[in-house]
Amino acid sequence: MPQQLNYLKETASQTAGPYVHIGLIPAMAGFDIFEKNFSNVLVTPNTRGERITLEGRVLDGGGSPLRDVLLEIWQANAAGRYNHPADRSAGALDADFRGWGRGGSDFESGLVTFETIKPGAIIDRAGRKCAPYVDIWIVARGINIGLNTRLYFSDEEAANATDPVLNLVEPPVRRKTLIAARSEREGKVAYSFTINLQGPDETVFFDI
Amino acid sequence: MNVQAPALREPRLNRPEPFTPGDGGFFQRDRTIHPPAYAPGYKSSVLRSPRQALLSLENSVSEITGPVFGHNDLGPLDNDLIRNYAKDGDPVGERIIVHGRVLDESGRGVPNTLVEFWQANAGGRYRHRKDTYLAPVDPNFGGCGRAMTDDTGYYYFRTVKPGPYPWRNFVNSWRPAHIHFSVFGSGFAQRLITQMYFEGDPLIPVCPILTTIPDKDALERLVAPLDLNASTPLDSLAYRFDIVLRGSRSTYFENRTAGN
Repeated sequence: MPQQLNYLKETASQTAGPYVHIGLIPAMAGFDIFEKNFSNVLVTPNTRGERITLEGRVLDGGGSPLRDVLLEIWQANAAGRYNHPADRSAGALDADFRGWGRGGSDFESGLVTFETIKPGAIIDRAGRKCAPYVDIWIVARGINIGLNTRLYFSDEEAANATDPVLNLVEPPVRRKTLIAARSEREGKVAYSFTINLQGPDETVFFDI
Repeated sequence: MNVQAPALREPRLNRPEPFTPGDGGFFQRDRTIHPPAYAPGYKSSVLRSPRQALLSLENSVSEITGPVFGHNDLGPLDNDLIRNYAKDGDPVGERIIVHGRVLDESGRGVPNTLVEFWQANAGGRYRHRKDTYLAPVDPNFGGCGRAMTDDTGYYYFRTVKPGPYPWRNFVNSWRPAHIHFSVFGSGFAQRLITQMYFEGDPLIPVCPILTTIPDKDALERLVAPLDLNASTPLDSLAYRFDIVLRGSRSTYFENRTAGN
């Protein structure tokens, strides 16, 4: 009998349920309890970078928008650096940008939005330049373990074409499920995205 | 623990500070202990489960990093659900303490990480505009809180024991009493939402959500035992709930224990 490795096992995931808002966004549950709340607004007036709105919906296998879904996003700042000690890349830190936000979908429309900045490109382990992207994590009733995906930007065509992660996606036609469409409304930049949990346009989800 | 310390490797010693967990990427997630996305006994999963294979991705900087929270993000009563929404008295129900450690798969405490929790009141009703269960809303109970782990990964909060409640799955489906937990860890790839159950609850083996977990041991690890040693005499019972996040391939050095 060899020695035992004795690693612990990760705690199993469970669904966040339909009332996830109570704990994580209590204002959406209908009450105010914390002095400071986390929200879908990642920027302060001092944050550096181009202001953008991310605007999307998550659709189930029947094509209906999830009206009880919670999304969290995690991204680099405008210089391509994450506000975390493990990122020691060259880009400057921005004290006014944590890079993380959470938002619930509207109980009627299913629309979820984030006010943030467009992230800079990051350099991966192999020294390759990646297209700018935002990490997305999705939890809801009926989702047994949080889903990871990414959002890339439609106006980064050249960078997207050479991005090492996008290029892993087969068949290539599925790459478009990760790309949000840019539009300008009254001078404000918005990127629209749809996350399909099932169906012919099922979004690419990652095992990270 | 039986983990052998790896041999020192000079190049890593020359890396700039600070050295943090997750630097070398996280252990691969063992999906056999997590519920599958498609679990038809839990009907909501039928239309909400991806059907394509997940694309495996080596951890990059965006997975080994994650949001950093500070004590400024929390209020002084955030971990006291008995008082953080009290208007004219304490909430109804059994007073309990829930405590434990957030660990990684190598058995190391995960320090200074945010733990959030939410639950129904003692009657099984959530303070949520969408919850219409017959049980009354408790005017003195909000049902949510949050805490930061200390340097050793320890957290605690006090609350009242939540009640079980019926839900629309099978006609006669009831949730065991449970508390939802959201935990961050040090990297975005450690992000976890789970639920804690209470030792001895007869609804545990028949719950369609709990039994989505295929591994019996993994299921039992979600059940918190009564911890009489940590109970406060003449005040509160205690339950112990340790949470394990993914391990990391960071290398332990005797001369650099901080954050590792």
